[in-house]
Amino acid sequence: MRRYLARKILIYALTFFVAVSVNWLIPRLMPGDPIRTMLSRGASGDEESMERMRAYYEQTFGLDEPAWQQYLNFWTSLARGDLGISVWLFPQPVTEILLAAVPYTLALLLPATLLSWVAGNRFGAFAARSRWLDNTVLPLGYVLTATPYMWLGILLAWGLGIVAGWFPTAGPYGFGSIPGWNWPFITDLVSHWFLPFASLFLVAFGGWAIGMRNMIIYELEAEYSTYLEALGAPRRLVRRYAFRNAVLPQLTGLAVQLGTIVAGALLTEIVFAYPGLGNLILEAVNNRDFFLLQGAFLFIVIGVLIANFIVDVIYVVVDPRTRTQMQGGAA
Amino acid sequence: MGNRLRWASAALVVGLAAAGCTGGGGGEGEGGYPRAQTLYTTGTQWGPPANWNPIMNWEYTTGTVGYIYEPLFLYDPLAGEYIPWLAESEEWVDDTTYEVTLREGVEWSDGEPLTAEDVVFTYELARFESVPYSHVWDWLASAEAVDERTARFEFETPRYQEWAYFTYSNPIVPRHLWQDRSEEEVTASANENPVGTGPYLYEDHSEDRQVYRRNPDWWAIEALDMRAAPEYIVDIVNTSNEVTQRLLTQGEVDLSNNFLPGINQTIEGNPSITSYFEEPPYMLAANTAWLVPNTTREPMDDPEFRRALATSIDIEQIVEGPYSNLVEPADPTGLLPAWDDYVDQDVVAEHGFGHDPDEAESILAEAGYEDTDGDGFVETPDGDAVELTLIVPSGWTDWMEAARIISENAQAVGINVTEEFPDQAALNDQRAAGDFDLVINNERQLSNTPWTYYDYMFRLPVQDSQTTVNFGRYENEELWDLTQELAETPVDDTEAMRDTISRIQEIQLREMPIIPLWYNGLWSQYSTQHWGNWPSDAEGAPHYLPTTWRNYNQLGAVLTLTELEPAGG
Repeated sequence: MRRYLARKILIYALTFFVAVSVNWLIPRLMPGDPIRTMLSRGASGDEESMERMRAYYEQTFGLDEPAWQQYLNFWTSLARGDLGISVWLFPQPVTEILLAAVPYTLALLLPATLLSWVAGNRFGAFAARSRWLDNTVLPLGYVLTATPYMWLGILLAWGLGIVAGWFPTAGPYGFGSIPGWNWPFITDLVSHWFLPFASLFLVAFGGWAIGMRNMIIYELEAEYSTYLEALGAPRRLVRRYAFRNAVLPQLTGLAVQLGTIVAGALLTEIVFAYPGLGNLILEAVNNRDFFLLQGAFLFIVIGVLIANFIVDVIYVVVDPRTRTQMQGGAA
Repeated sequence: MGNRLRWASAALVVGLAAAGCTGGGGGEGEGGYPRAQTLYTTGTQWGPPANWNPIMNWEYTTGTVGYIYEPLFLYDPLAGEYIPWLAESEEWVDDTTYEVTLREGVEWSDGEPLTAEDVVFTYELARFESVPYSHVWDWLASAEAVDERTARFEFETPRYQEWAYFTYSNPIVPRHLWQDRSEEEVTASANENPVGTGPYLYEDHSEDRQVYRRNPDWWAIEALDMRAAPEYIVDIVNTSNEVTQRLLTQGEVDLSNNFLPGINQTIEGNPSITSYFEEPPYMLAANTAWLVPNTTREPMDDPEFRRALATSIDIEQIVEGPYSNLVEPADPTGLLPAWDDYVDQDVVAEHGFGHDPDEAESILAEAGYEDTDGDGFVETPDGDAVELTLIVPSGWTDWMEAARIISENAQAVGINVTEEFPDQAALNDQRAAGDFDLVINNERQLSNTPWTYYDYMFRLPVQDSQTTVNFGRYENEELWDLTQELAETPVDDTEAMRDTISRIQEIQLREMPIIPLWYNGLWSQYSTQHWGNWPSDAEGAPHYLPTTWRNYNQLGAVLTLTELEPAGG
């Protein structure tokens, strides 16, 4: 077990290093000058003062140094927990901007991912039982899982928000609300949260349900099931064994899918003007805000790695075979 | 396991949702801002409010200048008048000495009085090179406070036009709070807790909004009998066009300064959504969109070729097509409607141009551009192929459509132009480096003087990197001299201004260094559900700029707030 974890951690550390380096590099390979993008929004059109300001701010951001030096600076300040200052939202520190945005993204992502996984698996397993459900769930699931997050978001906003008028479609809470610990505000917050959550949930739900349904059918036709049935085991018992086996690939699927889900959440945030990481990343790209982009991706990389690590650990817990193998390997 | 997890995640949802509210605690207790006393605006702010620093004029939070910090004068471009604001009066004592007298009884929101020292200090700040107006010291000699309310400026070269621009565009900052600030604190700090003289006070902000509360002690209440109507202003960070349009039609947003394609249908069909004009173009003009040819490249270095290109373009097709008449074709001189008086109609009649494909073809033929290889497109007199690329930023759908039309028009007369849509930052790079054939640009905004436009067109010397002006790298000493002459013409000497401008226009129209296309609108649509008496061209309505755009409050946009009236009593 310890060796298994140590190896995993080493792999994660390497992945982290490479991913963060790539995140550092890619924005800098894009054409466009962040300082000029920033200053060109201003009113001063005087070429000379513009040039002076550019020199000044380039120095402020350390962009006048050679690339290798910037890269080293990046890692040293990262070690101190300093992600730099945003160019686009100058002079706010990147860390502060991200900390304000991350709760919104997590509030969408965590429940949507977990609930859809749990509910999708349950429902898929349930659907595999009856012909009638199978005929309806299967096509519906395929439609849902094939729907781009953004598109479903727009549909929901239009249907439940604009036509039915049940839910607000923009912002984290009403534009006239004052944040506070009171019921009107909390219900306001939840009603704004619901649609973006629902669009994430539904797309993921469809995928898990189909996956589970296929796995269950496969498992029910496996020899151990037939054997159990031949022994006269109750149907429920057989299904429970089938479910346990079918859940394993789904768990791996969750780890693999995490990246996609994060990307989906970013798009969903843009559709619903939800102030999470998605909107920040979009504008950071447009404004060539290297520092904010770096920081946002750093959060995502860390998030995905942690989640994968947790899945890895859970895998060991729920699949006795991995444990046996590891013990065999250690012996 | 399934059940337990489900409940755990449900609990998590509530917990996280609750943790999501990170905005500052509101002082108003439960509920929210009363709808009838709150104005909701959007269209300026693209990201979370990040600073309230009036010096950083490219990204201060909407309203920082205008609502909190104020300039000495306002300039009303519709009336063509300077409105004394913090200043009571101004005077050129002699050719190089300017004196401004402040109003009596103006106070900063911390209770300190506004004095001439504050005005002097605001300009002394420009000794820091990172202050956007630092170039004032290239031609300003000294600034001093004569007495409590009078500041005197001595000039080396009095650029009257530019100085007038400064008096209304630069907000005054309080010396008593700013005097100990380092350069970094002046030009790179968020300036939280802004203290100004204006009609509003900072109330609150969060990731997607900025809230202002009315300043009960605003000087203009007594001095000018003016009162900002809304008790609160909530400025909402830009969302997608669909969301903005929906918020507007449902009356959740009162004023939107976004370009919403198809808004003309909403204005026509929805009685509660209005704009400045009842009919096309609906919006006031804010800036001119120009087609900029790179004059350092062949054949754009040839005035005849540029003229043929200009003549080939059918602006009406752009105005009616992608814009559905939300904009108007520009005058051949490119000057905005607010500067109509400065357009020399005789010069335009003689040298102006309009859409005329036959004329374009004959100009090309006369200048020696012929299709020698039979591919349907002209070659240069030397026989080189002409293959030009017109670039506009990707995602700017209206401009992309316009670029397609321009290419088609040009191709129709035999000029091979194709359009390309690079990413905006990439385009900025190409434009600054002069690495392009043709580009569309509209960065110069409405102001007090056409000088700002000529500075944009003819500015010399051409640098390696042209980031704000003269993207076409057009070099014409005579035009630049005339532009400087105009800068040094007193603003009240309109006769001399017209004279210089007329000479500029004659050369400009003969040389065609830059081709005016259409007037981009001061995008502005408002809902009358909660607030009435919006600006419009109707008799008796306020004639101010209905906008929250940065640097437009100094153009009198802030006066819109003093005219609003709650709808339904």
